Amino acid sequence: MMTPRLTLGPVAYHWPADKKIDFYAKIADEAPIDTVYLGEVICSKRAPFFDQHYSEVAERLIRGGKTVVFSSLAEVMLKRERKATKALSELEDYEIEINNAAGLLTIDGRAHRIGPFMNVYNSQTLGYFAHRGANHVCLPVELPSSSAALLARTASELGVGIEVQVFGRASLAVSARCYHARAHGRTKDNCQFVCEEDPDGMPLTTQDNQPFLRINGIQTLSHSYVNLTDEIPAMVDMGITDFRLMPQDIDMIEIAKAFAAVLHGEIAPQTARERINALEIGAPFSNGFWHGQAGHRRIEAMGRSLG
Amino acid sequence: MTAAPARASRMATLGAVLPMPLFVLQPVLRRIARRITREHAEVFARLGPHTQTGFVIDPVDFPFALFLRPEPQAPDFRAVRRAHLPAHEARISGSFLTLLRLIDADVDGDALFFSRDLVISGNTEAVVSLRNALDDVEGSIAADVAEMFGPLGRIALRKLRQAAHASPPTEG
Amino acid sequence: MTVAELICPAGTPASLRTAVDAGADAVYCGFQNATNARNFPGLNFSPDELAASVRYAHEQGTKVLLALNTYPPDGKFDLWKEAADLGARLGIDAYIVADVGVAEYIRQNHPGIRLHLSVQAAASSPEAIRYYVREFAVKRVVLPRILTIPEIREIKSEIPCEIETFIFGNHGLMVEGRCSLTNYATGLSTNMDGVCSPAAEVHYVRDDQENLSTRLGEFTIDRFGAGEKAGYPTICKGRYTTAQRQGGYYAFEEPISLNLARLLPDLIDAGVNAFKIEGRQRSRAYVREVVSSFRYAVDQIRAGNKPDLADLVALTEGQKETQGAFRTKKWR
Repeated sequence: MMTPRLTLGPVAYHWPADKKIDFYAKIADEAPIDTVYLGEVICSKRAPFFDQHYSEVAERLIRGGKTVVFSSLAEVMLKRERKATKALSELEDYEIEINNAAGLLTIDGRAHRIGPFMNVYNSQTLGYFAHRGANHVCLPVELPSSSAALLARTASELGVGIEVQVFGRASLAVSARCYHARAHGRTKDNCQFVCEEDPDGMPLTTQDNQPFLRINGIQTLSHSYVNLTDEIPAMVDMGITDFRLMPQDIDMIEIAKAFAAVLHGEIAPQTARERINALEIGAPFSNGFWHGQAGHRRIEAMGRSLG
Repeated sequence: MTAAPARASRMATLGAVLPMPLFVLQPVLRRIARRITREHAEVFARLGPHTQTGFVIDPVDFPFALFLRPEPQAPDFRAVRRAHLPAHEARISGSFLTLLRLIDADVDGDALFFSRDLVISGNTEAVVSLRNALDDVEGSIAADVAEMFGPLGRIALRKLRQAAHASPPTEG
Repeated sequence: MTVAELICPAGTPASLRTAVDAGADAVYCGFQNATNARNFPGLNFSPDELAASVRYAHEQGTKVLLALNTYPPDGKFDLWKEAADLGARLGIDAYIVADVGVAEYIRQNHPGIRLHLSVQAAASSPEAIRYYVREFAVKRVVLPRILTIPEIREIKSEIPCEIETFIFGNHGLMVEGRCSLTNYATGLSTNMDGVCSPAAEVHYVRDDQENLSTRLGEFTIDRFGAGEKAGYPTICKGRYTTAQRQGGYYAFEEPISLNLARLLPDLIDAGVNAFKIEGRQRSRAYVREVVSSFRYAVDQIRAGNKPDLADLVALTEGQKETQGAFRTKKWR
């Protein structure tokens, strides 16, 4: 069995360039992470703020021993989004992850990864993409373990990597409308990048004062953080090869250390969970999707260690 | 049957001025249920598990409500007093004319709900199943029932339809 | 000028006949399971019902499109295969699909039957559409309800297939086929189970001031004051609070329905081949009224006349209508 890898998904939020540069510098130097996904996946308007920093950040990460992958936009409709997608699919020096079918048109023959927005729910779809050059697939966050196990088996037969998000808010929906701009009474074209005010998303609370969702521009995320520490040993057994942490505005180095230690069999999931709890993140943890239940739920899994 | 003159055009309120003992109604309701069971067996397949569900259908301008448990073998359909409702899982309330238009396939249930002319509570899935099952009945259940009472029934339905159109649900 | 077929919803055999009789060029429908995106209680077709319905539709010259527009989770793919095979046996005229695996299965096993790309596939650029046309010989794409008319015109000029757009009904702005909001709250998935706000998880709670709260699972997704118009009980139509907006605001969209009646000539001019009416979950009364109104409108336009349209507002959600994305992009 291959050594499971820890990955860091693309930053979904609109963090200021300086904050992102510092964040990736720390990741490069301190985080026991194998693969880092870069790129603006959510909002094409934000891209110009960071475009000029990517090569520097990527090199820094590579020097830190990380594999760097560039992720494409999840929604492609406007001219600039079509151009960005095409440019990314022609990027030569790095691996790429495709998040919209628009990116597949011109990818022919080139190895690529399939991102979580591409809806790989079954082995037939996985097989089709693999046949067309995909070598790695990140599953949708809502897919239950019963299906993920079957996909992992197919992936292993095809020599394809299979990745699951194990930490961070779950992406629940994307839209053509910007809900950050809407909350502030603006249109998307005149948003003035108000999403920058909420580095961990804008909270939406029910009228009964129950925290429910988070808004990130055109994206809607869960209030709860997905946290599959307890499930990791079973996931490794079923053949999941890559374990994705989604960047949140918290101490991601500590999160990465805790997950890496579980993945490498150094500590029990229980210990990792206690370390993560000690960070006092301010949001509940959930694992319902993985267990085929309501995503917001926290199901007690039978924790055991990788030995 | 005579209604108070001031209300003559509003047949819906007929029930309100008739201090009718419920036992008079029960055999008629039983006949209606048996007839629909006989002629529209397809309704039950669409109801799925909800053939065992108790529904209260509440014409709010009537002095009594109706209870329905749509079991294919022994449908239970009877008039009940609001103060003594039998155990039920779902309740559908609206004016008599609103409910009539619904079973007459004359108006869209969602539209009535959006305008809040129709109020539902309890097991929403049961109500949606019943609505969809009844909507698949060809023709009109209201017309079928009217037919049972011959020419008088047809006249009554015509008058009720006129009344229903004279006082349509709230427009937005 | 395109022919502009009228594509109409059929949730039950009776509404299918109603749509056919009201002048639908094609009806779309699904089986009573997770293979379609309106897997609602009491709705949809048994195999026998679909067989009889296809016969009825074909006798009147109306086409039948089978919606297989959900995403089979691994381990359940056979249900979608069986539905596709059954549809072929019953003589349906086209499949509406979203999943790449399902599209590939149909392309290989039923190559003689037309494939339409569902709105659930969220193909919103010429590149994405061309990809599906090239890979699966898709004949028509159902465009997401998020594009303006100039954008539709531009897409049409760059793709080798027909375009279908929604013209009336529920107005959603979330990218379809990418929404897990229902699953987050209820454990049932829009993509995998074909449900959006399943009725079994929806509860209406009235307080003593006649306020009506809508609860989905454990979450209150909206609250209506006495007499205030209600909308669909979906998360994206609910009201919430946030720091800037206290007291409950429509964070995503107003409870409003799409009605493009007045834009039909522009859409035809932009190259739209088919107009789709949403509402398989709606009643025969809705189908009769909406389909006959749009039949009249399309026929008038074809004859070079300006249609005088019946007011369809009462049938719309929240009893308000909009021209949505199609007129301008300001709403984004």
